[in-house]
Amino acid sequence: MSLANLKTEQEPVLQHPPDLGLGEEESYLRMITKRFFKHRLAVVGLVIFTIITLMAILAPWISPRDPYEITGDFAAEPSAEYWLGTDQVGRDIASRLIYASRVSLAVGIGAVAIYVVIGTILGAIAGYFGKWVDMCIMRLTDVFMAFPYLMVILVLVSIMGPSLYNIIIVLGLLGWPGIARIVRGSVLSIKEMDYVKAGITLGYSTPKIVFQHILPNCLAPILVNATFGIASAIIMEASLSFLGMGVQPPTASWGNMLTEAQSLTVLSTQLWLWIPPGLMILLAVLSINFMGDGLRDAMDPKSLR
Amino acid sequence: MENNLLEVDKLQVAFRTDKGEVVSVDEVTFQLKQGETIGIVGESGCGKSVTSLSIMRLLGRTGLIKKGAISFNGRELTQLEEAQMREIRGNEISMIFQEPMTSLNPVFSIGNQMLELIHLHMKMSKSEARAYAIEMLKKVGIPRAEQIIDEYPHKLSGGMRQRVMIAMALSCKPRLLIADEPTTALDVTIQAQILELMKKLRQESQTAIMIISHDLGIIAEMADKVLVMYAGQVVEEADVFTLFDDPKHPYTVGLMESIPHLEHDSQQKLFSIPGTVPHLHAMPKGCRFHQRCQHATEQCVTQKPPLLTIQGSNGHRVRCWLYQEEEQVVSGYGQNEVIA
Repeated sequence: MSLANLKTEQEPVLQHPPDLGLGEEESYLRMITKRFFKHRLAVVGLVIFTIITLMAILAPWISPRDPYEITGDFAAEPSAEYWLGTDQVGRDIASRLIYASRVSLAVGIGAVAIYVVIGTILGAIAGYFGKWVDMCIMRLTDVFMAFPYLMVILVLVSIMGPSLYNIIIVLGLLGWPGIARIVRGSVLSIKEMDYVKAGITLGYSTPKIVFQHILPNCLAPILVNATFGIASAIIMEASLSFLGMGVQPPTASWGNMLTEAQSLTVLSTQLWLWIPPGLMILLAVLSINFMGDGLRDAMDPKSLR
Repeated sequence: MENNLLEVDKLQVAFRTDKGEVVSVDEVTFQLKQGETIGIVGESGCGKSVTSLSIMRLLGRTGLIKKGAISFNGRELTQLEEAQMREIRGNEISMIFQEPMTSLNPVFSIGNQMLELIHLHMKMSKSEARAYAIEMLKKVGIPRAEQIIDEYPHKLSGGMRQRVMIAMALSCKPRLLIADEPTTALDVTIQAQILELMKKLRQESQTAIMIISHDLGIIAEMADKVLVMYAGQVVEEADVFTLFDDPKHPYTVGLMESIPHLEHDSQQKLFSIPGTVPHLHAMPKGCRFHQRCQHATEQCVTQKPPLLTIQGSNGHRVRCWLYQEEEQVVSGYGQNEVIA
């Protein structure tokens, strides 16, 4: 007992390890948040993305009109009554733009959610078990990566019938190889760590070790990849809708609103028909990519500052 | 008294490699009683860790126990199902590692990691488990345990983390604690504290300890009996006093001589055993140490020495032809060279 007391007296020096730049943050999460907010572009991205998200959530309340209502004015120029003008069937573009943000976010988040789950599970299993399991899963990933992406999506969507849900599902089912590879890589390195071995010696079961001990440590790359994934899913939806294989009218999506800009007259004289949806896609994707960049820098352990 | 907690009998462990199967640990036999401490010494790559990992059945996919038996508390560990083995790990046998800096998961707080373990192996409510975890932390000499329990590992120093590891390893009151180089990564003052702590806990809980080290000082400090391993075999086995007073195997003697002493003349070159451990793929046919041994004879080159018991001693065994006949033990090395 006296021994323990003795040690307690000797220890205080060790209680406060030198400040390694980790500062006073209580946790890893807070440290990342702090670093993220130091990244200017990321904050700009976050603000824009928040605005778009709010727009999507509050669409029924903030849009000036019903997006499906056909007014008397066809292809009217922007005015006090129609903020961004009307389209060729006479629907209010501002309202359609606001409602379309719902579609884009749903596709972005929905598809990424699906493929992050698939990719993470497959990657973790491949990385942890190795050998033939790894071999099989990784060859499957290679096969998926070898697909001409846009073509396969077009074919699948046309078989399943173009709709919002089908797009989400198809994008979700095809997007996982990237995440799977990243997770596999992280798991491969993390499973060699002493704390994983310690976990095994403490008697934890394999699923517990893989999903509760190893995966939380690969969260950073998954999160960064998912962020960029949302941006590319939004672009993918826009392209599909532009090609007529995406969200079907009268539902508004930024992509199918752009479809109307296929004629030269519209392109040159009716700018309000295609510049706003184009800008929205640009803004959404840019803001998400900025956030992704910020997140990546914030989570990079090498940028300890 | 006669009941051994752990009995390892002629253990042989092999690893599958590209060049075929390689035997890494061969004919390792020892017994351990409740509350007893056994030390295993030897240089890198001589099978110390593999021996301990095979007790835990943690040899990975490429390693397998080829021969021999490991009986723990009356159960044959080599025959158990993986699920039964998991119940033993952490609960009845636990292990502490060399690297405290990386042995704790960085994304969970100390408390999280301890509670998870306590939940797994013990029936306790959440608040009880937390109180118990704090008690364990206090027991291993962590000050402010109530606050430390909510800290993340990166806030703790190496010595503190090793204490946490020991607290975790001991929280389920294991019958056997395997300490694989527990203090190698720590600085000397912390080393002494950790060793003192382990001694104290051993007294309190009667846990048997298997301590693996290449540091003879630690072995002398901690162990009741010692196994000296070389190239996957036990070359000498004795209680700690006999071993340090009267080392028999030329390898043990060499190890002892290569410890620096303060009394040494500063000009004097420290003794080192010439050569390196033979490669696992190319084990010599006779005695595995003969290439590095000053006393090697023709017999050593061609014939494998058995583990011989020294006459009149209490379980002092040595794997060396020098001691094959009792009178040669007395008369020393000279005659052997005559025979050669």
